[in-house]
Amino acid sequence: MAWTWFHRLASPPHVYALAARLTPWFAWPAALCIAAGLWGGLVLAPPDYQQGDGFRILYVHAPSAWMSLMVYMTMAIAAAIGLIWRMKVAHAVAASCAPIGASFTFAALVTGALWGEPMWGTYWEWDPRLTSELVLLFLYLGYMGLRAGIEDPQRADRASAVLAIVGVVNVPIIHYSVTWWNSLHQAPSVMRLAKPAMPFVMVAPLLLMLLGFTLLFVALLLTRLRSEVLARERSASWIREVVSA
Amino acid sequence: MEEATDTVPTERLEVENLHLWRGERHVLRGVHFALARGACLEVCGANGSGKTTLLRTLCGLIYPEEGRVLWNGENVRRDLPAFHATLAYLGHEPPLKSDLTARENLHYWIGIRRQLSAEELTAALARVGALPFCERQVRTLSAGQRRRVALAGIALLAVPLWLLDEPATNLDAEGRDLVADLICEQLARGGMVVAAVHQGLPPSVGNVTRLELAA
Amino acid sequence: MSGLESPAARTLAPVATPLVRGASRARTARSADAIEAARLALLRDLQLAFRKRSQLIQPLAFFAMVTLLFPLAVSPELSRLRELAPGVLWVGALLASLLALEFLFRDDACDGTLEQYALSGQPLTALMFAKTLAHWLLTGLPLALMAPLVALSLGVGPAALPGIVAAIAVGSVTLSLIGSIGASLTLGIKRSGALLSLLTLPLSLPVLIFGARATQLAIHGAPYGAPLELLGALAMLGITLAPLAAAAAVRISLE
Repeated sequence: MAWTWFHRLASPPHVYALAARLTPWFAWPAALCIAAGLWGGLVLAPPDYQQGDGFRILYVHAPSAWMSLMVYMTMAIAAAIGLIWRMKVAHAVAASCAPIGASFTFAALVTGALWGEPMWGTYWEWDPRLTSELVLLFLYLGYMGLRAGIEDPQRADRASAVLAIVGVVNVPIIHYSVTWWNSLHQAPSVMRLAKPAMPFVMVAPLLLMLLGFTLLFVALLLTRLRSEVLARERSASWIREVVSA
Repeated sequence: MEEATDTVPTERLEVENLHLWRGERHVLRGVHFALARGACLEVCGANGSGKTTLLRTLCGLIYPEEGRVLWNGENVRRDLPAFHATLAYLGHEPPLKSDLTARENLHYWIGIRRQLSAEELTAALARVGALPFCERQVRTLSAGQRRRVALAGIALLAVPLWLLDEPATNLDAEGRDLVADLICEQLARGGMVVAAVHQGLPPSVGNVTRLELAA
Repeated sequence: MSGLESPAARTLAPVATPLVRGASRARTARSADAIEAARLALLRDLQLAFRKRSQLIQPLAFFAMVTLLFPLAVSPELSRLRELAPGVLWVGALLASLLALEFLFRDDACDGTLEQYALSGQPLTALMFAKTLAHWLLTGLPLALMAPLVALSLGVGPAALPGIVAAIAVGSVTLSLIGSIGASLTLGIKRSGALLSLLTLPLSLPVLIFGARATQLAIHGAPYGAPLELLGALAMLGITLAPLAAAAAVRISLE
């Protein structure tokens, strides 16, 4: 029984229809969560006793950074499934994840820079988390560059899958080495908040934003997935039926 | 004779319903054949009909969307390295490093696969008429000379299955006869040959079946 | 299409020509084992490199050139250069080893010998390891041996030199291994230099960080064992995993 479900997930027309049906179920809750989170974070939460109002960018920065890593993991897992079981749809999922993940990474970097400016007067600090995010951005760009560089689509899928898996193994190593490097040079860290434990009124909007960003990612993924599937299957007969309907 | 008891009598290559797409092109459409010991399969077709693709799929380099390749009744995917040890593949380009001599090339190419004595090497080079130029770097050899060296390598590998992609390219009439002779010797030993050819094998090769690939 | 066995083939005993006296023995076992195959692959690459000796000098010349840029661009004061030395040495070594990656697989992929490796019946992982080892012996190790000259020109004291050689020697092993993954993934892509750098550099950052730290400690006369051990651990990890990834990438490029 479970295998038929798995096999249906491997069929492009089925996935295309499923993605269309599921997207609103993720898009609307995402909008709600993000709206509620922003309201809570920007308006309701009290200012941090050390950083004042400047800390509020955390509500966009932290979920972005978290998602950038989650999306890379998702991409690597989808790529591995595509590589091992030779599922075209898994490769399409991995291909769809990459630009979304790169955007989250970019957002994390920009919000990190914006956070640093009022606190330390500079837009960039070699903070270990920001530096790791920058390296992650290069990993995404490398993945997308490899895909674009190989002409044969099947080969592009499989080669970038190997790259994604190699990257996933390296991400913890890179993060550890960058943190180690940073600790040696005692550069100031923007990302730590003054209090060891945040009160609920500060934490709740953060969790809402996190949830909202996750739902947003899934909604965006499903939308991109549909375009990917369309592009890959453009010569298949079921496309004509879908387009004419 | 000792050779008869050593050889495996059931060697058989079977291909079942092979379908392969390259991007959006349906290159191999239901290729189906069986090859027994001492038989030769001639794969014919126009340019772009998939001859090279078929040979590479038989090697296991390309994974077909549908169908299977069986060696002695077993799917070759189950143990690809063991299958590779029983075959020799010669593609369009002779696999020779241009900065090494012919002799050195064969020493490495064959040596990686099996132990090779200097006498065997010399005998093989003599067989294909490559002794006069075997100590020159391959970059100084003509295309025909390189192909002769490559053919010596294929024979030296001493394996039951030969997969040859246009083996007589760049060869003169004498060279084409050499190819035919080598194939006949391989078939007589109880080996099998799958050859992709443009214009067909010379008639001196017996026991040949044709497979036509449509473009 | 079946029933191709002619009566002649069945009754005719295999003809014993000088060519195939060893054949039936070869058929019953893969005569050359994986270690012998890897040894031959290593020797072949080394022999090829020595036929084209001029190409061996290029990464070393590049290393010297790049390090020469810094005194010209920054300041000739040895005390300032000494501070920059770890960074200069390591960035130079990293870029030089990137440059040398071209030689790793390109020729083999073009002339069909890589394909024969994949079809040899020997573990492709072992052959990839042999090729990467040859690459390190021809680039990484010479870079490590040349580093003292460069370091001295940057004002580094002679006491630091053994540490510098050790760090670059061990670190360049990992750089060659990571490079082999990038080079095998970009096989067949034209003008892939920039893409290869984009793929390889982020993965090489840990080597850069630990290596530069070890070099810095060596220059200041402090014990550099800890980062050197981390470099060694990275190399071990690389030796275990990188040839696997490179072999997978090579198979994908042959499809």
